[in-house]
Amino acid sequence: MQAVVVNNEPLMEGIYRLTLEGRHGGKAGQFYMLRCWDSFPLLSRPISIHDLSEDSITFLYRVHGGGTELLSKLLPGNSLTLEGPYGNGFPSPQGRTALVGGGMGIAPLLLAAKEMPEADVYLGYSGEAFAESSFRSIRSSGGLTIISGGTILDSLEPHRYDTIMTCGPVPMMEELARRCAGSGASLYVSVEKRMACGIGACNGCAVETPSGIKKACVDGPVFPVEEVNFHDLALL
Amino acid sequence: MTSLCCKVGTLNLRNPIIMASGTFAFGAPYAKLYPLDSLGGISTKGLTVEPRTGNRGTRLIETASGLMNSIGLENPGLSHFLQFELDRMCQYDTAIIVNLGGGSLEEYEKGASMLQQAAATRAAEGKRGIDMVELNISCPNVKQGGMQFGLHTEKAREAVRIVRRITDLPLMIKLSPNAYDLTGMAAMCEEEGADAISLVNTFLAMSVDLKSRRSSFQQTYAGLSGPAIKPIALRMVHQVCRSTSLPVVGMGGITTAQDVLEFIMVGASAVQIGTGNFMNPRTGASLAGEVTQLMKKERIESLEEIRGVI
Repeated sequence: MQAVVVNNEPLMEGIYRLTLEGRHGGKAGQFYMLRCWDSFPLLSRPISIHDLSEDSITFLYRVHGGGTELLSKLLPGNSLTLEGPYGNGFPSPQGRTALVGGGMGIAPLLLAAKEMPEADVYLGYSGEAFAESSFRSIRSSGGLTIISGGTILDSLEPHRYDTIMTCGPVPMMEELARRCAGSGASLYVSVEKRMACGIGACNGCAVETPSGIKKACVDGPVFPVEEVNFHDLALL
Repeated sequence: MTSLCCKVGTLNLRNPIIMASGTFAFGAPYAKLYPLDSLGGISTKGLTVEPRTGNRGTRLIETASGLMNSIGLENPGLSHFLQFELDRMCQYDTAIIVNLGGGSLEEYEKGASMLQQAAATRAAEGKRGIDMVELNISCPNVKQGGMQFGLHTEKAREAVRIVRRITDLPLMIKLSPNAYDLTGMAAMCEEEGADAISLVNTFLAMSVDLKSRRSSFQQTYAGLSGPAIKPIALRMVHQVCRSTSLPVVGMGGITTAQDVLEFIMVGASAVQIGTGNFMNPRTGASLAGEVTQLMKKERIESLEEIRGVI
């Protein structure tokens, strides 16, 4: 489906927030396949939903290669193609819930924070924070912890939570998994894999799990930590 | 009235657009996007007797105008397919082509007899069955078998012969562009009683990861597909069409109606769309219509009129 760009603003060097017109479906943790070019690059880009409203959808992305470079050139009024929403998204929160994001991994957590108003939000940035004002506008300071230039994990006490959902760099999520072990908290991890189709046809985004090979695009991208092999995830 | 009807051997197709193995799963992901009766046929993901988990590590790298993959024949196994997927596929009003992979002659033999038996059982029950078997001797991404068979004509002959002996289902042999003697391979398929040939599978290719100073792929090499390979694939299909009387299903980077007609003009009976499905998941919904439009514009009344004119 086609959608018109409302805004495509740089939040800092190489990081953009893209807002499109229209009412679009989806829930936190799901993604759309985006493309604003004809044939090349070949593949559309899987980008998670950052925010949804009655008349818009927002994506937060980092310029990483040729596709996101073209996305970053979009101007208000331009149109692009999006297919989705795809993927399973985050599960319903059970009990006391924390959302833990690192770097670009904060992208799907804004909508998650809206869908789970009781959840505490932890955001960690290796450098300067971005998009944090969106989180501040929906969370009181009590429910929101932001760390710039350090690890967010030291601010989090896993035993205080029943459910923790995370998206971020693999080493951060792996360390969080280590800290959650034995804490009583159930951890859900949003993974990133290279994808071609996004709909479960190409087997490109295979994820190794104890119950066999699964697909990040249709079985994920959110998996219970018990299913995740962090070594496999590091092989993006 | 422009007609897109065509035949691959004894198999009648609504139109020449077949979805290529490994890019369309068993149809279900795309059936959510559009009705699959717009297609000439679907070739299933490559199936082996036992389930396979596929390759570890990076499986996809995008290149200039192309896509490299190293999936490694990940598939749920033939038993699962016959028990759970085939019935669902048979609901789609389009030709069902089962792609059979293998790592050894024994595996090809067992796989072919499973298909033969399933087809007989279904026929006895009055159910739709398997319209064609596409024998995959060309997967570049598995260590044992696959392309090993597809490189050497005499090695391939053993696989084709054993499968032909076991099944009377229409049999199409999918050739590797990496074969040492492509036209020799085609002649062999004809000698061994195959009904059709499909080509090309992916080209053996490589990508380097500078940071790790290694190949991007754990299997070192991977298969290249997409528009990058189209001109080479077209040449190979032309060569094979000129050298054999078997019907040839051409593929390699086809994404547009123009591409389809080019392959027909070099002699293909039908075509397959692979990577094009990843560029636009709705390619199959619109391509046949676009071919009709282009034929009208070029005043072509039937595919027969232009097939093999070059």
